[in-house]
Amino acid sequence: MEAVSGGGARGRGSCPKLLDLIPNGGDWSERDGGQRDYGVAEEQKLELRLGLPGGEDWRAVREEEEPPSVLSLGFLPVRASSNLSSHDRAAPSSPVVGWPPIRSFRKNLASSSFSKPSYPSQNENPGKTDTQEGCRKSLVKINMDGMPIGRKIDLKAHSSYDELSSAVNELFRGLIAAQRNENPALRNQSHGGRRQAITGLLDGSGEHTLVYEDNEGDVLLVGDVPWDMFVAAAKRLRMLKSSELSSSLSVSSPMPTFNSPPDDDPLILLKL
Amino acid sequence: MARFPRLRSLTLKGKPHFADFNLVPHDWGGYARPWIEALARGCPELEELRLKRMVITDECLELLARSFPNFRALFLVSCDGFSTDGLAAIATHCRHLRELDLHENEVDDRGEWLSCFPESSTSLVSLNFACLKGEVNAAALERLVARCTNLRSLWMNRSVSLEMLSRIVSKAPHLEDLGTGSYVHDPHSESYHNLINAFLNCKSIKSLSGFWDVAPRCLPAVYPICSQLAYLNLSYAATIQADDLINMIGHCTKLQKLWVLDCIGDKGLAVVASRCKQLEELRVFPSDPFGHGTIDSVTEEGLVSISSGCPGSTRCSLITIAKNCPNFVRFRLCILSPKKPDPLTHRPLDEGFGAIVQSCRGLRRLSVSGLLTDQVFLYIGKYAKKLEMLSVAFAGDSDKGMLYLLNGCRSLRKLEIRDCPFGDAALLKGVGRYEAMRSLWMSSCEVTLRGCQALAAMAPRLNVEIMHEEEEDAGGISCGGGLDDAQRVEKMYLYRTLAGPRSDAPSNLFTL
Repeated sequence: MEAVSGGGARGRGSCPKLLDLIPNGGDWSERDGGQRDYGVAEEQKLELRLGLPGGEDWRAVREEEEPPSVLSLGFLPVRASSNLSSHDRAAPSSPVVGWPPIRSFRKNLASSSFSKPSYPSQNENPGKTDTQEGCRKSLVKINMDGMPIGRKIDLKAHSSYDELSSAVNELFRGLIAAQRNENPALRNQSHGGRRQAITGLLDGSGEHTLVYEDNEGDVLLVGDVPWDMFVAAAKRLRMLKSSELSSSLSVSSPMPTFNSPPDDDPLILLKL
Repeated sequence: MARFPRLRSLTLKGKPHFADFNLVPHDWGGYARPWIEALARGCPELEELRLKRMVITDECLELLARSFPNFRALFLVSCDGFSTDGLAAIATHCRHLRELDLHENEVDDRGEWLSCFPESSTSLVSLNFACLKGEVNAAALERLVARCTNLRSLWMNRSVSLEMLSRIVSKAPHLEDLGTGSYVHDPHSESYHNLINAFLNCKSIKSLSGFWDVAPRCLPAVYPICSQLAYLNLSYAATIQADDLINMIGHCTKLQKLWVLDCIGDKGLAVVASRCKQLEELRVFPSDPFGHGTIDSVTEEGLVSISSGCPGSTRCSLITIAKNCPNFVRFRLCILSPKKPDPLTHRPLDEGFGAIVQSCRGLRRLSVSGLLTDQVFLYIGKYAKKLEMLSVAFAGDSDKGMLYLLNGCRSLRKLEIRDCPFGDAALLKGVGRYEAMRSLWMSSCEVTLRGCQALAAMAPRLNVEIMHEEEEDAGGISCGGGLDDAQRVEKMYLYRTLAGPRSDAPSNLFTL
């Protein structure tokens, strides 16, 4: 049994002095009913300050209040800087059943987006990098054919392809309008002054079709795989002109790549 | 039930707490059926039923809905066994339903139920369906909210879009508790604009929850109500980053209860400490419980900033919390790696928890973790006189630890222990205590079948149940069938009873 020396000042650097609790080895049952002075704590002058500049003494506020309070700190992983390798802080190598004690629905919050319950979560294996997404964003570049300036979009801020489509629409409407204003030839178009929606990105019915580049470098149509699989795989997005898509499907044309220069044609025909 | 024919309200709790963490067999028991059938026969005036960790079927819910003309309130917490069909029955038949609160249940999605509230039904005051996984009928929900003018609490599920939220909130400006659905939309959209206006009208909201799938740029809509909030639950919001959290919480000066994910980080907790002066409850959940994540999560520093003190040592942090927060009623700390010592000193955390119990004399619930010896139990037994519930895992060195607890904690009602070296001697010495307690759970300890049998023999008013996963002979345990006397019992759960062994136990569970 590891001997633990209880009690006594073990002040270490800036640590507060220990409360003088029951010394080690004593059989507490022999003790009288609290005559001994365990209240060394009251005599300690602990420095109680918030670590924030100009912070008020929070303790003073607490003392005025008597309501019961609750502190439930679920987890306390140790930062790597505390001289422990990340290995130490990892869960035990063989998974312990029922540990850590959290409800199952919380275990997959970080990576699951809203999808049908029957779709298996891709977060079963803690070794996968997907679990590290956690609170991290998933910003990818998106370019629109004919638009020299691209945007960035946070895929994780959306939970479906429809939302992505609306978001893309929003991202580029302004740019398109600005581009139209720059080009006198376009100003007299029947669109008038209103911004037009970009539609049909996902079903091929619009002027543009959304494609993406996955982590293997392949270019794929957006919409084939379940949403969160797409979010994990997509590295870049592109709004390809639908006409270019059909021509690229003929054997002789090169495949559209993300590195090809943007189209020179400034005319963007928008679907009304 | 025959003794209480005028019964109006009943609360039942079924499975042991560790069922939440998959430590209890699925078919353990806790069936609501016999209770509801008995109530249906004998207590026609029933108005309210609260069930926790029980199994309830759709048939039971249907029976419930049809049997009590005055039925007003149903609370189901951590239950399972039913589907949205059962909810449809409740909605259809309970004419005077005021409260329907579904909290963290496992519910099968079989389709429509919200539209089953008749158009004439206007009595709802509180509706919580946050745990449901399926879609809800948006139009039905809107109509329901519009006609239930007394609705004060509404917690919706993930399927409810921000667009729906904005329509609903604008129809219910008197809400006091709100749980949003998915909080994702384009901040330039009309819906978002409407939501901003709707929130501006909500002067009564005191608690806010939900925020599944959050688009951080939509959070500012909520800022105007933040200053009214007493309770904020952001523990489902895995997509909010620390800075967005900090911005939001910075507005919440009246906050009393905060649930948040650990990506709030130490910096975030420092902000909480400085802005939320009235905070009484803080729960920090892991955003990445099994990963080796790169998230900057809460460490001792953050913990300490809640109470101020020295960084780097969990023990010091605990001591400082103890000093600064003597009013804590519940303290539950779970250190991810079992048996983890203090990172600074590499020593056990006995002194830290000892400080907590010595200082927080009103402590009623405690969970301990990390590297702990028998010493910590000595402290708990000596000081935690008001302690009612204690959870222990991977702690202690010998039977002495458990004996300190049983002898010292006179108010103890529920004791749950897993993976500790406590054995038969301690179990048997505590026999005088168990009838005064609600229950004792011990799993993966040193307790053997022989010890449990001896205990059962000494205490006829206890049900001593043991659960064993291994294959059993047909002879079963009472004949010493597959299990050797001296073999350790995997799981033991004992509780006082007036009714003797129960008949609804699964086949691998034996009452001695």
